[in-house]
Amino acid sequence: MSALRAAAVPLAAIVAFLGLWEFIVWANDWPNYKMASPSDLPPAFWKFRWFFVEMSWQTLWRTVAGLGIAVVAGTLLGMAMGFSRIARDALYPLLVGFNAIPKATLVPVIALIFIGQHDFNTVLMAFLISFFPIAVSVGIGLSTLEPEYRDILRSLGASRVTIFWKIALPKTLPEFFGALKVSVTLAFIGTNLVEIVSPHGRGLGALFKSGETNGDYPLMFAVLIALAALGIVLYYAVVVLERIFAGWAERPAQ
Amino acid sequence: MANLIEIKGVTHAYRTAAGPLPVLENLDIAVPEGEFCAVVGPSGCGKSTLTRLVAGLMRPDRGEVWLHGELVRSPRKTVGMAFQNPVMLEWRTVLQNVILPLEIVAPTMPRAEKEARASALLALVGLAGFEHKRPSELSGGMRQRASLCRAIVHRPDVLIMDEPFGALDAFTREDLWQTMHALRAKEPFTAVLITHDLREAVYLGDQVIVLSGRPATTQHIMRVNYPGPRLLDGLYTPECSEMLHVLRDQIRIAQGRDTTEEATT
Ligand SMILES: Nc1ncnc2c1ncn2[C@@H]1O[C@H](COP(=O)(O)OP(=O)(O)O)[C@@H](O)[C@H]1O
Ligand SMILES: [Mg+2]
Repeated sequence: MSALRAAAVPLAAIVAFLGLWEFIVWANDWPNYKMASPSDLPPAFWKFRWFFVEMSWQTLWRTVAGLGIAVVAGTLLGMAMGFSRIARDALYPLLVGFNAIPKATLVPVIALIFIGQHDFNTVLMAFLISFFPIAVSVGIGLSTLEPEYRDILRSLGASRVTIFWKIALPKTLPEFFGALKVSVTLAFIGTNLVEIVSPHGRGLGALFKSGETNGDYPLMFAVLIALAALGIVLYYAVVVLERIFAGWAERPAQ
Repeated sequence: MANLIEIKGVTHAYRTAAGPLPVLENLDIAVPEGEFCAVVGPSGCGKSTLTRLVAGLMRPDRGEVWLHGELVRSPRKTVGMAFQNPVMLEWRTVLQNVILPLEIVAPTMPRAEKEARASALLALVGLAGFEHKRPSELSGGMRQRASLCRAIVHRPDVLIMDEPFGALDAFTREDLWQTMHALRAKEPFTAVLITHDLREAVYLGDQVIVLSGRPATTQHIMRVNYPGPRLLDGLYTPECSEMLHVLRDQIRIAQGRDTTEEATT
């Protein structure tokens, strides 16, 4: 019963939202090229169904690849900052400065350096935009590890590597996944940014742009919905990983 | 009986931004094998520093720390440590937490054997049935019990405890004292217990060492002659009152205030 209600409430909210959207477009009598209505979307999806499959895949793999590199590089940077004061003092201002640059401005820069390397550019952007939260969270997680945690193993003569694997790494996992949830959203933005701006791009961003070029508003809105769906999938993939690897950090319900 | 722990003329200073901070000065402590040595002293006098030196986590500027006839230069597998913070690893069950030192010290020991050893210890401290719980499901006192099990699971010959009961309420603390005696009866180890509770020092210690204020030296050594078996009621006998009184006075001196001065104010 309560499960039914748990599903019914958000479902009703979505239906109400779509209804309102449909009503506003209908009441204002907006034509298709001004604002699409929900009922325009299924035909748009059907018409471009193979494009949607192909472009979603493009966007997905490049986002995941960029995020994967961000995880590796961010973790390594975080480890450097977490273990070495000198590395922290040296890297932190650089990272903060780099993070302060709005990443949209990097798109033309990257496009100029690596002309025509669309896949590479897209993955690179997804990486550049998303590694910062991971680096910071791992760095802070490691550097704020209470000395006692280290000492219970260090007093037995355990090596730094052992202490890292057995204590420091698992202990920072909750912070790491918190950052990863932010990063996955950022990487997704990075991918789309490049896809939309690149002249001969691929992916959902490029499909969006072709909709714009052709004045196909239903297609553009359909892409937005597809992006939302993909974003949700990516986000919940991280949530599932978090449950598996850092589920212990969730307080049992009292 | 040979001294299992021998601290000879240990002097240590921390290098801080404001210059060297002398913490220990010419400290001498000797603990015979199997004995329980309680250390009290004003807060900030260098007690935790002392535990880190005995554990080999640091080396003193001058002087020597000997364990089992060997000069301590680095950490050794025959030491167990427990802190005020029980530092349970939340991603492991209670049993897996207790096993942790065995994974370092005896990596080849069969898993079943490790678990049997850990379960036996948990049962000894009254945690039978909690093996597969998460540490977050345990009370503070239970976590500290589990932490004690972890400190001795690899049968260390030296157990070093830094105010392990300091954060517990008075009744839980008394329970833990009794657990400590139960453990000592079953497991042979030589112990150093840092505490700020004088009753705890008398109830658990074979000797109580009072450190002076920073930089700490051995100010007073008291042999504990506990009246009868180690029962809590014994703490309320005249003998114990007398010992507590002496310790109280010594602490006052260590804090830089003498008794006469306080009596007049
Ligand atoms: N790593 C360190 N660097 C500099 N000073 C320290 C360090 N650790 C402790 N101290 C200082 O040394 C003194 C003794 O510390 P500690 O041994 O922890 O005292 P206690 O455990 O008796 O309270 C304190 O004044 C403390 O601030
Ligand atoms: Mg201390």
